Amino acid sequence: MKCNRMVDAGRRQFLRGGIVGAAGAAAATVLPAGQAKAQGLARVDYPSNRLANIADLVVNEPMDIEYPDADSPGILIKLGETVEGGAGPDGDIVAYSVLCPHKGWMLSYNAGDKTLNCPGHHSRFDCEAGGQQTWGHATNNLPQFALRIDDQGDIHAEGVDELIYGRLSNVLES
Amino acid sequence: MAYKRHTDRLPIIPADAKEQNVTCHYCIVGCGYKAYTWPLNKQGGTAPSENKFGEDLSQQQFQDAEAWYTSSMYNIVKQDGKDVHLVVKPDVDCVVNSGLGSIRGARMAENRPSKVTGTQQQRLTDPMVWRNGVWQPTSWDDAMDLVARVTARVVTEGSEDDLVVSMFDHGGSAGGYENTWGTGKLYFESMKVKNCRIHNRPAYNSEVHSTRDMGVGELNYAYEDYTLTDTIFMVGANSMETQTNLYLNHMVPGLQGGAKMVVVDPRRTLTVHSSEQFAGAENVLHLAINEGTDMALFNAILTHIVDNGWGDADFIANSTFLDGEAVAQDSAVPAGLGSLEYAMQTCRTSLDEAADICGVSAVDIQKAAEWIAMPHDDGSRRKCVTCYEKGIIWGNDNYRTIGALVNIALATGNVGREGGGVCRLGGHQEGYYRPNEGHVGRPAEYVDQFLIRGLGGVHHIWACDHYKTTLNAAEFKRVHKRRSDMVKDAIDAAAGGTREQMVDAIVGAINAGGLFVVDVDIIHSQIGQNAHVILPACESNEMNLTSMNGERRMRLSEKYMDPYGNSKPDCLIAAEMAQNMERVLRDMGEDAYADQFKGYDWETEEDAFMDGYNAGNPEVTYDRLRAMGNNGVQEPVAGFENGELVGTKRLYADGTFDRHGRDDKKALFCAAGWRGWQAAGKAREQAAHKFWINNVRANIFWQNQFLDQKNEFIQDRFPYPFIEMNPDDMVEMDVNPGDLIEIVNDNGATTGMAYPTSSSKRNQVAMVFGSPAGSQGNVVNPGVNELVLPDYKHCWGDIRKLSHATAETAAISFKSKEVQL
Repeated sequence: MKCNRMVDAGRRQFLRGGIVGAAGAAAATVLPAGQAKAQGLARVDYPSNRLANIADLVVNEPMDIEYPDADSPGILIKLGETVEGGAGPDGDIVAYSVLCPHKGWMLSYNAGDKTLNCPGHHSRFDCEAGGQQTWGHATNNLPQFALRIDDQGDIHAEGVDELIYGRLSNVLES
Repeated sequence: MAYKRHTDRLPIIPADAKEQNVTCHYCIVGCGYKAYTWPLNKQGGTAPSENKFGEDLSQQQFQDAEAWYTSSMYNIVKQDGKDVHLVVKPDVDCVVNSGLGSIRGARMAENRPSKVTGTQQQRLTDPMVWRNGVWQPTSWDDAMDLVARVTARVVTEGSEDDLVVSMFDHGGSAGGYENTWGTGKLYFESMKVKNCRIHNRPAYNSEVHSTRDMGVGELNYAYEDYTLTDTIFMVGANSMETQTNLYLNHMVPGLQGGAKMVVVDPRRTLTVHSSEQFAGAENVLHLAINEGTDMALFNAILTHIVDNGWGDADFIANSTFLDGEAVAQDSAVPAGLGSLEYAMQTCRTSLDEAADICGVSAVDIQKAAEWIAMPHDDGSRRKCVTCYEKGIIWGNDNYRTIGALVNIALATGNVGREGGGVCRLGGHQEGYYRPNEGHVGRPAEYVDQFLIRGLGGVHHIWACDHYKTTLNAAEFKRVHKRRSDMVKDAIDAAAGGTREQMVDAIVGAINAGGLFVVDVDIIHSQIGQNAHVILPACESNEMNLTSMNGERRMRLSEKYMDPYGNSKPDCLIAAEMAQNMERVLRDMGEDAYADQFKGYDWETEEDAFMDGYNAGNPEVTYDRLRAMGNNGVQEPVAGFENGELVGTKRLYADGTFDRHGRDDKKALFCAAGWRGWQAAGKAREQAAHKFWINNVRANIFWQNQFLDQKNEFIQDRFPYPFIEMNPDDMVEMDVNPGDLIEIVNDNGATTGMAYPTSSSKRNQVAMVFGSPAGSQGNVVNPGVNELVLPDYKHCWGDIRKLSHATAETAAISFKSKEVQL
C-alpha cells in the first residue's frame, strides 16, 4: 500500500543552485583569456529537503517522496527492524529512488518481503540490504537517499549514493 | 550493505563523439550496443545541440530513454595511444534488443581494462615465462621461441598426437571468425592435431550431433518467430536469465500476443515465474519432470501427436525420409535414423508410461501435446517454436534426447516456417570458421582422460579454464598440476642454462611424464597456474571481431580501443606461433614440415578474416558488414544487392534439409529408445547420495566469471557460488542463509553458499556453475555419451555445513529472486 503525501520540495535550495550557475556563466565571459577558473564543485551540491516527520511514518507502509526534485520519485519507509544504514532512533528508516536503474520503470513496493519490484522486466531490490538488486537487469544497485533526522523528528534527505535513472547529474543542471 | 559507486554525475557525450558498432561479446543473443569515444578534455553539454542525442539533458529523461547511461557503461580507455572517454550503451535501433541492456552487457565499459580508472587490472599485458620459480614478463619473441622450440621437438620426436590443444570454438569474447580461423589454420591445416577439445567439453565434437544427422542445423529460425507463434516450447533452458533480451524483446511480446508456453525443467526457473506474470499462469505449463527423463516425455508427446493425426502429413510426405531405416545405429551414431514410421517403432510411449518415468501427470503431458500440435478450432495447424539448451545438451543421453525433441518439430512441420523452428538457444555467440576437422574422428578422443592417463607432452590452451568448467575436475586438476609441476621443477633445475639446455631439460621432463603448458588468455586463469608460458590475448572491441548470434545474425563489432598492454588478437598470436614453428623447424632441418607453416603473413585481424571467412564467403567484407551496422545480416549470405548484403531469414524455408549432407535432402527421424541413465556411473551415484546437484546459470555472471571475479558489483552480490536449497532442507541441517556448505561425493568436493529457495524441491539443490570460488565440476563424474558429450547436469552428493555465514555473505540479500508485483 502506498501513501501519497506531499513533501516539502526544498525549492529554496534549487533556486540557489540555479542562481550560482547563472553567475558563474556571466563571470566566465569577463575573465581575461588564460585565467579560466573551474566552475562549480567536484561533486554535485545536494539540497537538504524535509521529507516528513517520524510521526508521519507507519511501519512497513511506504510514503511517496521526491528527491532531490519533483522529477525524481522515491519512497520513505520505516521498516520496523534495524538495518545497516537505517536512520532514526530505531535505525530502520530508509529512502530509495523508485525509478528502476535498468530502464526507468516505476518500482512497486512489496510489503511481504520489503522489496521494490519492476513490472517491466522483473528486477527487484532489497530495501533491507541497502537497495541491493536481489535479482534483475540493472547494473547499479538502487540509489538510496541519505537521511538526517533533526531534534524535532523531521526527516531530511541530503544525498544520493548512485546515479538516479534518467539523469546524468543527480541534481539536474542547466 | 549493497555496493554503491557513489557516482553523482557522468560526462555527457558530445555531439561530435565518435560512434562505433558493438555487438555484446557475451551471450549468443548478441545485443546491439553503441560505443562512443571522445577526447579526455572535451565534454558535451545539456543543451540539445551540445550532446550526441540532441536531447535537453537538463531535464529528467523518462522510461526507456535513449539518452541515459549509467556508471557501469562508462570508462576511460586507450584509443590510438591516447586516453579517451568511453560510453558503451544499448542501441535502440538494433532489432535484437531494441535498446534493452542486460546485467552483463551493460557493464562492458566498466569491464574494460583501464590504467586510469583501475578497472580490470587482472588483464594480462605481457607474455610471461616460468623462470627462476615464478612467472616473469618477457618479450613476445622470447616467449614464442620457447613455445615453438619445445612444441617442434615434441611433435618431431614423437608425433602431432603428442600435442594436446584446448581451444574455444565460439564467437564473441575472444572467439569469432578471425580467431577460430587463426587457431584452426594452425592446428588443422598446418598440423593435423586430433587430440584437441573445446572450451566447455572434453573432446572436439558437436554438442548437437543428432539434429545435424537428422538434417536440421541447430540454429534455423529467426527471433521474430517467437512473436509469430502459437506456442513456445522451451526445454532445459532458462532464457530470462541466460538469453535475457531474446526473452524480454521477443518471447515476452509473443506471450503478450497470446502465445502459450510449455517449459520442461525439473526446477521452477525464473523463466517460468516471469512467463506466468507476462502471459497469465493459465497459459504457462511447467512440466517439472524427474531429472534426466526428457526423452521419455518427448516420445510420449510425439506418440500422442501421431496417434491423434496432428502431424503435418504434407510436410512429412514432401520433406522427410519415407523408406524405413536410413542410417543404422553404430559406434558413431547412437540411434538409428529414418522415417517417422521407423522411428515410432522405437519411440512409441504412452502417456501413462511417460508419466511414470517423468513424475508428471499424464494429463499435463497430454496438455503439452495439445498446446504443441492440436489444430485450432478452425482446423488450421498450430505453430510451435521449440528451443532447448544445456538442460538436455549437457543432460542424459544427449544424442537420443535431442533427436526425440527434433522428432516432434519434424512431425508437426515446425521447421523453416514462420512461428516455427527447433533451435538450441546457445551460450556464446557463434563464430566458427576452420579447415575441415574430419581427421579428429567420431567419436573424438576424450582428451581429459588422455591427459589423465599420462599421454601427450605439450598442452596448448586457448581461452579455456578447465579448472572451472570441465567434468571430473578434481581428478583433472590433480593430474594436470602434477604433470606440469614436473616441467616447472625441470625448468627451475636448469636455471642459468642456454636456450638449448632449457629445451632439453623440458623435453626430458616431458619424456618422464611431464606436461609443458602454454596458456593463451586475457587473464591469468586458474589452469594458467600450471602454465610455463602465458601469452596475453585481447578481446572483442580491442580488435575488430565478427560473429553471429542465435538467429545467425552476423555483425562486425568494431575496435574502439587498443589491446591492453602488449596483448594481441588470438588470430595474430596463432600466426606468430606458426611463423615461429616454421623458423624453428627449418633450423632443425625439417624443411618440408616447415613449409606447412607458411601463409600467416597477417598484419591485422582483417587479414585473418580475408584469409579464412572471406575466402569461403567472398561477398562478405569488413566494409560491407560495417555498413550493415548492428542489424548485420543473417547467414548464410545469399548475395550483395543495392549496396547491401542479402541474408537468409530462416533456414529450410523450401522444405529441403541438408545438414546431414544427404543428396535426397530429406530430414530423418531419430529412433530415440529410452534406456534410463545412459552415462556410466550415474545410476549408482543417484542411489548413493541424498541430494541431486543441479548445475545452473545465473543472469548476473558471464560464464566462469573471468572478468566478473574482479567486478565489485558482481562479487558484492554473490561472493561465493550460490547453492539454491529448499528452506526445510536447510532447517533440517541447521544451515542458515549464507552459510558455507560443502558438497561431497566420490568424485571430489566443492563449496558454495546456501541460498534459501522455497521453489526448490526437497533433496534437490541448484549450484551455479563455473565459479572461481567453487567449481561444480569437481563433483561431476567422468561419464559421457558415445560421442563424448558430458552429462554435467546429473550429479548427486551429500551436503555438510562448512562454516557459518562470513561477514561478506551475512550482508547480502537472501530474498526470493522471483518478482512480486
